[in-house]
Amino acid sequence: MATLHVELVAVERMIWSGEASMVVARTTEGELGVLPGHAPLLGQLADGGVVTVRTVEGEDMVVAAHGGFLSVTDRGVSILAETAEISSEIDVERAREALRRAEDAGDDPDALAAAKRAQSRLRAAGQDA
Amino acid sequence: MAANLRALRRRIRSTRSTKKIFSAQELIAGARIVRAQARVQASKPYAREITRVLSALASSASLDHPLLTERQDARRAGVLVITSDRGFAGSYNVNVLRRTEELLSLLRQEGKEPVLYVVGRKGETYYSFRNRAVAETFTGFSEQPSYPDAQRVGEQLIAAFTAGEDDDEGGAGADGILGVDELHIVYTEFRSLLAQIPVAKRMAPLEVEEVEEFDYEREDRETGAGAGTGDSGVPTSYEFEPSPDALLDALLPKYVTTRIFAAMLESAASESASRRRAMKSASDNAEELAKNLSRQANQARQAEITQEISEIVGGADALVSAGADD
Repeated sequence: MATLHVELVAVERMIWSGEASMVVARTTEGELGVLPGHAPLLGQLADGGVVTVRTVEGEDMVVAAHGGFLSVTDRGVSILAETAEISSEIDVERAREALRRAEDAGDDPDALAAAKRAQSRLRAAGQDA
Repeated sequence: MAANLRALRRRIRSTRSTKKIFSAQELIAGARIVRAQARVQASKPYAREITRVLSALASSASLDHPLLTERQDARRAGVLVITSDRGFAGSYNVNVLRRTEELLSLLRQEGKEPVLYVVGRKGETYYSFRNRAVAETFTGFSEQPSYPDAQRVGEQLIAAFTAGEDDDEGGAGADGILGVDELHIVYTEFRSLLAQIPVAKRMAPLEVEEVEEFDYEREDRETGAGAGTGDSGVPTSYEFEPSPDALLDALLPKYVTTRIFAAMLESAASESASRRRAMKSASDNAEELAKNLSRQANQARQAEITQEISEIVGGADALVSAGADD
């Protein structure tokens, strides 16, 4: 079976790379699924969204990616993010705390961005935000 | 005589204790280089990917984005200087600042007024001591820069650059903010543990050739695949979400920030390497000094003993001869 080579890259380090059978992401235009053989694509990931990578073993890996881009080429998929966290590494309590703090801080752009990040972390961890 | 010996001993003690500080600093810097190098390596995949994406975009989007277009009669140029927060790093800061001065005089020759942005406390004091205007300083992270630090710096620079777009002859344009028309960066490139070289580069307007000179093409050749170009040499046609221009808008500032971040990481590695070298020679010197001083101290001690003996012998002689007279 054809597989996708997926690279998940954050600014400070490469977070994950491996083979996957499907990638689901939300760009600013809408939800998007990438299967092997997808046409080359460049997309901007929506803020506060999550990316789901279905690995060849059939497991779903959910990633909270902030400020990211998705690039699909004939060689595979790369997900570029300013920060990215895999769901298993997310500290739900801290994310909740961050969300609460951000919401209390009012609506300056920084706080809004922080709230978005916290929401996407919670969503990736399977909690409702 | 005894006073001299005591003074020497005091100097030996103080030299030894400073030496301890130097060698501790040397060890810390040594450990930091390794970590800094690892971080430089870890940040490379992102830089590579974003460059690749940008190159793909550059062939599709219209290239009239402000960050890409050369401005006619550029009047003000922003210069970002990356120095360290702490001293004890040999010629590290001096070299960066000297390179900066070269760039500044070059810019002035071209009729551009330089605007300084400084990272690091050493650069800050250098310019404030000379009463030179600095647009913005960022301190407190030179040894271990994080991406949010780079973002903060990047935001400021890009804001200044965008504000400079409508500036005219008389000063600030419609937005009332005096911006800059070019962005330069001066940082220290980490070539090896022994060679760190200060370099000056232009960040904006970006040149698309510059984007493509990165090693992704070589990599393509090595892997035998072509990401940007198909086998026939025709660029792969990408789908874009959202439109190429909107993507470019979002991507370019990130690209600039990535470059600032990379420069900060390199500088941090260079700083630690410089510091280690400086501390190594300082502790070697201290060792040497302590050795010389203890020689002198030994000599003084010997001389003192010899003198005491000759005094005793002289005294005994005197007593003997006095007794012989009796």
